[in-house]
Amino acid sequence: MRYEAPTSTKDAVTLLSRAKGSAFVLAGGSDLLVRMKGGFIEPDLVVDIKRIPALQEIRKTSTGFRIGAAVPCAAMGEHAGLRKAWPGVVEAANLIGSDQIQSRCTVAGNLCNASPAADSVPALVAAKAKAVIAGPKGRRTVPVEKVPAGPGRTTLGKGEFVEAILLPLPKGKTGDAYLRFTPRTEMDIAVCSAGVCLKLGRGGVIEEARVALGAVAPTVVLVPAAAKAIVGTKLDEAALAALTAACEAACAPIDDKRGTVEFRTEVAGVLARRAAKIAYQRAGG
Amino acid sequence: MAGVHVSTTINGDPVEFVCQPAEVLLDVLRNRVGLTGAKEGCGTGDCGACSVTLDGRLVCACLVLGAEADGRAITTVEGLASGGRLHPLQEKFIEHAALQCGVCTPGFLVAAKALLDRNPDPTVEQIRYALAGNLCRCTGYDKIVRAVQAAAAELATDAAQAGKSGKSKKTRKQTAA
Ligand SMILES: Cc1cc2nc3c(=O)[nH]c(=O)nc-3n(C[C@H](O)[C@H](O)[C@H](O)COP(=O)(O)OP(=O)(O)OC[C@H]3O[C@@H](n4cnc5c(N)ncnc54)[C@H](O)[C@@H]3O)c2cc1C
Repeated sequence: MRYEAPTSTKDAVTLLSRAKGSAFVLAGGSDLLVRMKGGFIEPDLVVDIKRIPALQEIRKTSTGFRIGAAVPCAAMGEHAGLRKAWPGVVEAANLIGSDQIQSRCTVAGNLCNASPAADSVPALVAAKAKAVIAGPKGRRTVPVEKVPAGPGRTTLGKGEFVEAILLPLPKGKTGDAYLRFTPRTEMDIAVCSAGVCLKLGRGGVIEEARVALGAVAPTVVLVPAAAKAIVGTKLDEAALAALTAACEAACAPIDDKRGTVEFRTEVAGVLARRAAKIAYQRAGG
Repeated sequence: MAGVHVSTTINGDPVEFVCQPAEVLLDVLRNRVGLTGAKEGCGTGDCGACSVTLDGRLVCACLVLGAEADGRAITTVEGLASGGRLHPLQEKFIEHAALQCGVCTPGFLVAAKALLDRNPDPTVEQIRYALAGNLCRCTGYDKIVRAVQAAAAELATDAAQAGKSGKSKKTRKQTAA
């Protein structure tokens, strides 16, 4: 194995695109090194992106926040502006692992690891986050939900990697929230999860909504029917019931030791409902 | 396989080593640098027995490559005591019998130090969350939590005394938010 720590995106792209054999990006390593040590992968090249200065910071821009792909999730929790604008995203990112993992793990790594149970991803999807992808043909920006293709697989091409995650500035009365179900309070993988983002119009009526579910399908899923169920309402009981039903209908989970199909489906609906209430309150409803 | 040459700082001292590209920092510390305080428990970031700090942040040394340490600053449990005097956390762990077999202890000490550096007066709940990445299979956690509380109290007393004798009270950095 070769280890490289380029100091520019261009050099990282060159290394990744010219690599013969298997090449992996190293961000926090909290998935990659576990898989390497377990013998699941044997990289010929590891490209550590943490020495690229532009990737190390959270930057507020005129259109929102740019979270560099090397920023550890702990730093997201320390960023007051980001916390205020996107509390749900920050809470989701801060749920990943322990303090030790928080010092290392990144949201871009969480996304590119492509686990359906990745905690930050439903919150990012709900918040309409985008991924800036650098590659041999230049840069492209895609909605985050377009990055994972299935468990452990992404849509990234050879030589491509995620440089940053973009979050918009929340418009008007916007609120977001993320909830997961785990048997333990800490250090556990989500059995299922839900991220919700709402924008309120006049009189507390929901104008826009995005609902995303984790660990109930091969990838995190955006559920437009769940959003539709609550748009135009003030999140009354009927709307919440319709939201729950739409979420349940979108679930196609696996049955495993952590949760049965029935359990995951029911709990996903419950979490979405509770997350919607929190998001509604945060939006000022 | 070509080795990677690394220049780093460990517990304040400059250290150079050559390691394999896939070798983790924990193995470098234990096998090449001779610092055997950090322990391998699980090797997958779950147990925290290998906790060290890297540029001030708490990490599991089993999930960091040795090569990543180039130009960075590492502290290990060996760096806690100063001038032959144990750190208050170490003293309180002994006083409160917050250990049995001791394998998890270095990790708990380093993690607890990272907590107190950030938050000198943590609640029990904050202590438990901050130590959630450290597993102990002998004592249970109550004695450990009590030892951390006692150390925090002692450090606060020390700081207050230092304040009275004219030194700045702000010896501990609060994480800027
Ligand atoms: C003890 C422990 C507890 C954990 N708990 C949780 C949890 O509660 N919730 C959760 O969701 N996850 C958890 N994880 C998994 C892991 O910490 C997260 O998925 C984390 O966000 C991964 O980020 P990373 O920066 O460490 O990724 P890495 O390990 O560096 O990379 C992960 C994968 O993505 C690729 N990659 C990384 N960055 C990029 C990029 N910028 N562009 C393209 N590809 C990239 C890598 O090549 C690799 O395949 C846990 C892991 C451990 C060890």
